[in-house]
Amino acid sequence: MSGLYQVSSNPHIRSKVTTNGIMLAVIVALMPATGYGIYHFGPRALAVILVTIASTMLTEFLFGLYRKKVTITDLSAVVTGLLLALNLPVTIPLWMAALGGVFAILVVKMLFGGLGQNFMNPALAARCFLLISFPVQMTAFDCDAYTGATPLALLKAGEQVNVMEMVRGNVGGTIGETSVIALVIGACILLMLGIIDLRIPGSYIVTFVLFVGIFGGRGFDPYYISAHLSGGGLMLGAFFMATDYVTRPITVKGQYIFGIFLGLMTGIFRIFGPGAEGVSYAIILGNILVPLIEKYTRPTAFGYKRGGARRGK
Amino acid sequence: MNRAGERLINGLAKENPTFVLMLGMCPTLAVTTSAMNGLGMGLTTMAVLALSNLFISLLRKIIPDRVRIPAFIVIIASFVTAVQLLLEGYLPELNKSLGVYIPLIVVNCIILGRAESYAYSNPPIASLFDGIGMGLGFTVALTCIGAVREILGAGELFGYSLMPESFVPIRIFGQAPGAFFVLAALVALQNFVKEKRKAAGKSYKKIGSGCSEDCMNCADAGCSRRFYGESPAKKPRESRVEKRNTTVGEECENGKTKEKSQREKPQREKPEREKLEREKNKKEKPQKKNIQKDKPEISNDDFEFIDLEEEEK
Repeated sequence: MSGLYQVSSNPHIRSKVTTNGIMLAVIVALMPATGYGIYHFGPRALAVILVTIASTMLTEFLFGLYRKKVTITDLSAVVTGLLLALNLPVTIPLWMAALGGVFAILVVKMLFGGLGQNFMNPALAARCFLLISFPVQMTAFDCDAYTGATPLALLKAGEQVNVMEMVRGNVGGTIGETSVIALVIGACILLMLGIIDLRIPGSYIVTFVLFVGIFGGRGFDPYYISAHLSGGGLMLGAFFMATDYVTRPITVKGQYIFGIFLGLMTGIFRIFGPGAEGVSYAIILGNILVPLIEKYTRPTAFGYKRGGARRGK
Repeated sequence: MNRAGERLINGLAKENPTFVLMLGMCPTLAVTTSAMNGLGMGLTTMAVLALSNLFISLLRKIIPDRVRIPAFIVIIASFVTAVQLLLEGYLPELNKSLGVYIPLIVVNCIILGRAESYAYSNPPIASLFDGIGMGLGFTVALTCIGAVREILGAGELFGYSLMPESFVPIRIFGQAPGAFFVLAALVALQNFVKEKRKAAGKSYKKIGSGCSEDCMNCADAGCSRRFYGESPAKKPRESRVEKRNTTVGEECENGKTKEKSQREKPQREKPEREKLEREKNKKEKPQKKNIQKDKPEISNDDFEFIDLEEEEK
């Protein structure tokens, strides 16, 4: 509305896309995974999700009050909180979840200048912060039927896993990562709305498959590869975290490089690393490299030759 | 005596080596896993700093200008060796926990910095107190960082448990990233207090460190002399024109401890070099200019979503 009366110089961007709209779409797209998580892990999962979202929103609100610029209405704090909660095990003490939310918003996002300025994905940074701080509580994956190891840990130990159950999500893990079906439904929503595209997730997953096939020790065994694909946070990370607008490269070429890098790093972490999982570390490592990637994939402006010289000279 | 007190306060607060000058970051970040370690490291450094400052100041008229850095290092290294032997004899545990960082005091930039910027151009007593003040400032800073990290990362302070039983130590504060967080938070807090005092009208007059007229190796970032390029001390002072230059240079804020340095930098074959450089520049400049002109300017603004409602509505 007020936009109508603004007088500004060109270029004028005419678009109905708003930050609010994108964030709302991401929230909607995360709903299947969230719903499945609550169904699968019970009401405590709902409590973790609510506490995390409350802590992120409260932090954003209080910081906004302090800086006299309240940005809570753009819903990005909700997305951060929800993503963080989906990355936590259901048994985590609630105060740890809240601490993670505060860290995500205050340290990773607001101190660097708020939405659009954060140099890494706040939810993932908070997850890594919690993982380093509380390794015991963060890897206690209990649910009704299973205690202990996630399918990926079993896979790494060389044991059998049930891929069908993994696709359905009836396994141990963090709240939002277990059900591949729910995540893929959400990803399809985002793809259809045009909010994300397949560049990053596609190159990420293809690279990862190639890496696992070459270095996994079992060749291109479809059972092994599909177990790797549907285990852990790969789907959640590839479709919802790596595609975060703020922390991905903005150039097309850069996005492919980013995806390939993530695939390589995830493969290295999963196969050669000490732990079974590596998606979150791979993505925040990629986030840090984004400025470098953008620097080297900067497109040539119209009328200029590659390397900066003007055409025709 | 007044001057001695001034040096103490200067080192403790106004030019605190850790929080204001940001020197000696390596031991600051690596050693402060506990308050005890921070205190031990700080006191060790203080002993070396005070003694080396005193002796360098005593020897300042004997040390030739050209070899002053090696001479400083020899003096500092002797004291570090003595202190390390004492630690090994009387406090073996502290020596063990500080490990390699004790020998590394030799190359600690606080000590070299004070030697170069204060002790080398000031009388012995003032230098001794400058060393003690700086050392105390370093000790206080390291103990503070160590205390915060120990409380959060282990729930203890100086080895005594402090937190209730239910407290789960946040382990990240015991590791390297935690050191960065705590340091940043303390620096921010210190700046916040300073700004407040400034706003309240309390003057924060800067006490200059002894100006050795060697801006290349000076830690004083706020010195006005820096902006006038080459330090006048480097030019011979015979002619009148040069003399005028020197007086201009000495008007810098650091003037409190004005003392003409006895050194005169040896003149090198500058004219020839300058000529060569000038010729080089002539050759290169035109090309450079072209490139700079033609570089396309691309802003990252492509990434904004501006909300403009359509007029049709």
